[in-house]
Amino acid sequence: MIRIDGVTKRYPDGTVAVDRLSLEIPDRAITVLVGPSGCGKTTTLRMINRMVEPTEGSILLDGRDIRQQPVNTLRRSMGYVIQNAGLFQHRTILDNIATVPRLLGWTKQKARARAAELMERVGLDTALAKRYPYQLSGGQQQRVGVARALAADPPVLLMDEPFSAVDPVVRKGLQDELLRIQDELGKTIVFVTHDIDEAIKLGTKVAVLRTGGRLAQFAPPAELLSAPADSFVEDFLGADRGIRRLSFFPSRELELQTEPIVAIDAGADRLASRATAPYLLVTDLDGRPLGWSEPDRLTAGAVEPDRLLDFGRPFVPGTDSLRTALDGAVLSPTGWAVAVDGEGRAVGVVSQQVIGEAIRAAHGRVAEQADVGAGR
Amino acid sequence: MNVLNFAHAFFSDGAHWHGYDGIPTRFSEHVQYSLEALLIAAAIGLPVGLLTGHYGRGGNALALVATAGRALPSFGLLVLMFIWLGFGMLPVMIPLVVLAVPPILVTTYEAVRSVDPSPVDAARGMGMPEARVLLQVEVPVALPLILSGLRTAAIQIVSTATIAAYISFGGLGRYIIDGLYQRDYEKVIGGATLVAGLALATLAVFWAVSRLTVSPGVRRSG
Repeated sequence: MIRIDGVTKRYPDGTVAVDRLSLEIPDRAITVLVGPSGCGKTTTLRMINRMVEPTEGSILLDGRDIRQQPVNTLRRSMGYVIQNAGLFQHRTILDNIATVPRLLGWTKQKARARAAELMERVGLDTALAKRYPYQLSGGQQQRVGVARALAADPPVLLMDEPFSAVDPVVRKGLQDELLRIQDELGKTIVFVTHDIDEAIKLGTKVAVLRTGGRLAQFAPPAELLSAPADSFVEDFLGADRGIRRLSFFPSRELELQTEPIVAIDAGADRLASRATAPYLLVTDLDGRPLGWSEPDRLTAGAVEPDRLLDFGRPFVPGTDSLRTALDGAVLSPTGWAVAVDGEGRAVGVVSQQVIGEAIRAAHGRVAEQADVGAGR
Repeated sequence: MNVLNFAHAFFSDGAHWHGYDGIPTRFSEHVQYSLEALLIAAAIGLPVGLLTGHYGRGGNALALVATAGRALPSFGLLVLMFIWLGFGMLPVMIPLVVLAVPPILVTTYEAVRSVDPSPVDAARGMGMPEARVLLQVEVPVALPLILSGLRTAAIQIVSTATIAAYISFGGLGRYIIDGLYQRDYEKVIGGATLVAGLALATLAVFWAVSRLTVSPGVRRSG
């Protein structure tokens, strides 16, 4: 475990970057440091690998002061990923990744074999091994940066705004990839970002820092959203924290209705039996949703798929959150969300009202748990 | 007679191709002076440029040294050194080195300074010792610019090394100085052509060195 203990960083000109910060960073989890610029998050991260030395206080790694070992030994035991990747443009991708193993004295052959293994792990085609950084896209370069940090299998990974410089689509891919790698490897990751959405998505625990380097709140993301410590945290979370909080509630308990689902080849009597529903969801012959229609606009045997109403974005009950379900319902002109299975076949529909009730129920459960937790 | 005829007359005269005043001797003398001066200048300019560039300090002092070095007239310096130090190789080397150090020093400093700071930060953060950060991260990226500083210095040395003849040394300057004195314009033109040819050959050598030593990753992205 990394323990930051009463750490202050004051520069000679009097600027205080970090002010008496104490944090216990849990093992094998992602801890995100987030805050506006000038909040000392990067300085804090850089103090963990001694790129910056604290003015006061100490940092302990597994109970030992990090100053007790040679600085380069410490740094080689911590993967380091920075914004823009910071790749060595004169070295091939493979040799970039092999940097730390080579510093540790591995043979070139062994280091390269390890590097090739890591390229696969981070989702890079090994055909890129002999390329140079300028031949890669920003997202690929950042994957190389992550692979390079993981090369010597360090227990700790320090990531300084690693995904800030890539476009949102690539960023989402990199975030998902990081979560997947973390599931496999279970590293102790300290991740710095200024993007609260990224912090909430990636963090097991999130430390919100305020300008001047003071800790505002240190909590799991769901708690951050439900109980921000003060108005600074609340403002920093943004206007729609209620909606974003729904990401932490599963959609699996939503009561789905199957009656309003009809296949495109449904006969007249079947259509007639469903005529009480305000809308019917028409599916193709495999059960994949095509669109909504009012019952009286459907004629058996003559359904025109182009004239159906858009069904929004469907959600998968087992894996998606209430946020995705609600989003689907809001996007759909009928106000109903469509639930699908892994193959995209409709398994049910659910109205905004039912989702609303589920949200209230979920809030109730959280409040109950909080009461139990507080010993009441 | 025009310049080409002079040159042709000079090079076709068999007497110019052997003996202590023959082209091969003068040419190798010239190359030798130039190489010596370049090596001394590089031995001074490269380490100082690399270290000041790496630590990002001393830029103002360097600019001052460079301006002063460029302002000194080589020929004046040669005469002055000759008067002070008497006959010897030293009065020749000093002006050549003074001429060559500023471009090497300033370009090397600028080359290292202008290396993208993020790979350097990444290298340090991964636990790379400082000397390797300089030699394995900064220098390979700065190499094209460092080589261009050396190239400029080398060309200036090659053309200026002709002044060695003024204080009775050899080299291709011999033909120019003697030719002027003897009003033998064939000789003057021949010597000048050889100096120009050597300067072009120097360019070719630097082009080849850069092809061999600069990583394709730097060459293509630079």
